[in-house]
Amino acid sequence: MSALLELRDLRKLFPVRDALGRSRGAVRAVDGVSLSVAQGEVLAIVGESGCGKSTLGRLALRLIEPDAGEVRFGGEDLRALSPAALRARRRDMQLIFQDPFASLDPRMTVEAAIAEPMRLHGVVPRGQESAKVAEWLERVGLRADHARRWPHEFSGGQRQRIAIARALASGPKLVIGDEPVSALDVSIQAQVVNLLQDLIRDLGLTFVLISHDLAVVRHIADRVAVMYLGRIVELGETEQVFNRPKHPYTRALLAAVPGQGAKAPPLAGDVPSPMAPPSGCRFHTRCAHAVAKCREVDPMLPSEAHAAACHLAAELPPAIAPHETETGGERLRRLQAFFTQGTAA
Amino acid sequence: MSGPESPFRRALRQFLRHRLAVFGLVVVTAVVAAAVFAPLLAPFDPLQTSWTLVRKAPSAAHWFGTDENGRDVLARVIYGARASLLAGVVAVSLAAMIGVPLGLIAGLSGGWTETIIGRVADAMLAVPFLILAIALAAFLGPALENAMLAIAITASPVFVRLSRGMALEAKNTDWAEAARAMGNPPWRLAVVHVLPNIIPPLMVQATLSIAEAIIAEASLSFLGLGQQPPNPSWGSMLNSAQRFLTQAPWMAIYPGVAIFLVVLAFNLVGDGLRDALDPRSQRR
Repeated sequence: MSALLELRDLRKLFPVRDALGRSRGAVRAVDGVSLSVAQGEVLAIVGESGCGKSTLGRLALRLIEPDAGEVRFGGEDLRALSPAALRARRRDMQLIFQDPFASLDPRMTVEAAIAEPMRLHGVVPRGQESAKVAEWLERVGLRADHARRWPHEFSGGQRQRIAIARALASGPKLVIGDEPVSALDVSIQAQVVNLLQDLIRDLGLTFVLISHDLAVVRHIADRVAVMYLGRIVELGETEQVFNRPKHPYTRALLAAVPGQGAKAPPLAGDVPSPMAPPSGCRFHTRCAHAVAKCREVDPMLPSEAHAAACHLAAELPPAIAPHETETGGERLRRLQAFFTQGTAA
Repeated sequence: MSGPESPFRRALRQFLRHRLAVFGLVVVTAVVAAAVFAPLLAPFDPLQTSWTLVRKAPSAAHWFGTDENGRDVLARVIYGARASLLAGVVAVSLAAMIGVPLGLIAGLSGGWTETIIGRVADAMLAVPFLILAIALAAFLGPALENAMLAIAITASPVFVRLSRGMALEAKNTDWAEAARAMGNPPWRLAVVHVLPNIIPPLMVQATLSIAEAIIAEASLSFLGLGQQPPNPSWGSMLNSAQRFLTQAPWMAIYPGVAIFLVVLAFNLVGDGLRDALDPRSQRR
């Protein structure tokens, strides 16, 4: 399988100014991320809020301009494209937003919203859009006669289905889901996750799931990238990362799933300010295993199938016994029950 | 979910619940009708002078009396509605056509474009409305068309500022980002997505601006910069009436009341629209 999306050493700083407009430094939202997403793969990016995962998603689509680094989509350098060529390319890469109450244009009917990407990219001949919209609505579990309605007439779950239909209507190869279910009720989350999973499978989509919900990630992702303070600290196949987490941060994240029981030392303190990340390993201020080297030398992410950016990765004892994570926590179990029962209503 | 109801119909329902606004709408409709059907409604020719009828008090024949040239005041008030409404509607439409695109460009593009457009608009807003209108009208020369153009230019910065502010807000919404993400070019984002979303406040502003423009037209005509004699306009009628305020008060009262009523009506309609279109002020 070849890489559909390739990020190389991406960096994005957001300048911070005080009330008088003087520069007070910059937030390093994404600070040297390299990642490659294979065709047909589901990759999850997990991490606490503020770790840069949403920024990374938008950089990958060049919705915001990186300060440095490379974005290759299908082998083509997105940063080298002219604005018009980039717009044409957007047919193949789409984004699903977190908040379905904000992501649909309130002055557009459902039909207009779903037909728009088809029209922009000439996917369907004029006059056949309505039929195609009806098809999509049914595909995402809505009714064809919902087409004439307005977004405010729908619930959150229904709106997210509309947003999903809109994202897929142009026939993209890559879809990035930025917390696509975390704004929804738990019962509806399961339905929408299942819908996404079906669509990914049926359409052969390459999907990047940005999420902090480990249960959802474990359910649908092939690979997981764990982010901390603008960096990827661990990357590997989902089962590997969940069962044998290498990085102390990943272990702490997994241990924080309720009902799991503290099998790793809980995280102490707050996330350091991304304006002034710690020297050496960014995690050393909160890491129970930190040694002198961690304070001085910045660990790199090795290029292995299951890699962790940690000096001690090889030495640390397995913190979580594999059988304990397999059964999962109470919440994990509840969600998994939902997933197995509920096909989309 | 009770069947499809477009945002427009919901707003209409809200508006009709607002009594004063409905009153305003009735007055506006009546004045529009008077302006359109002036030849049918006016009892006399508004330009017909008569030496035997100079400054006669209201009577059965001349309900509103006659002016210093013996012309019927009622006929002139009815025909005068044309100048006022034209000035109001044409000037404000023009102002919106100038101001809204500039505001959208400023708000959506940012950078130098925004700074330049925004500062020019702010500078124009710093000068009192009427002073600027008078200066422009004097520069362009006395004629109703020039007065309308002057009012349009003077009223446009309000639209620039309003649409710029709302475009800035819209630019940062998820739906605007979604529109960019699906490949909308900038002009399409502005016209298809942002514009429809900012229309309601623009309509409110337009209605309120019409009231202001009508006053401006009356003021310019009063100063001799708008409608030229002998054609009737409420402002120029007030101008000729001021010399006879004690002997012939009807010459001033009727055009004055007409201005008052129309301006009040447009303001009421504007307030009603604001309440109907603003989701925050929505009652049941």
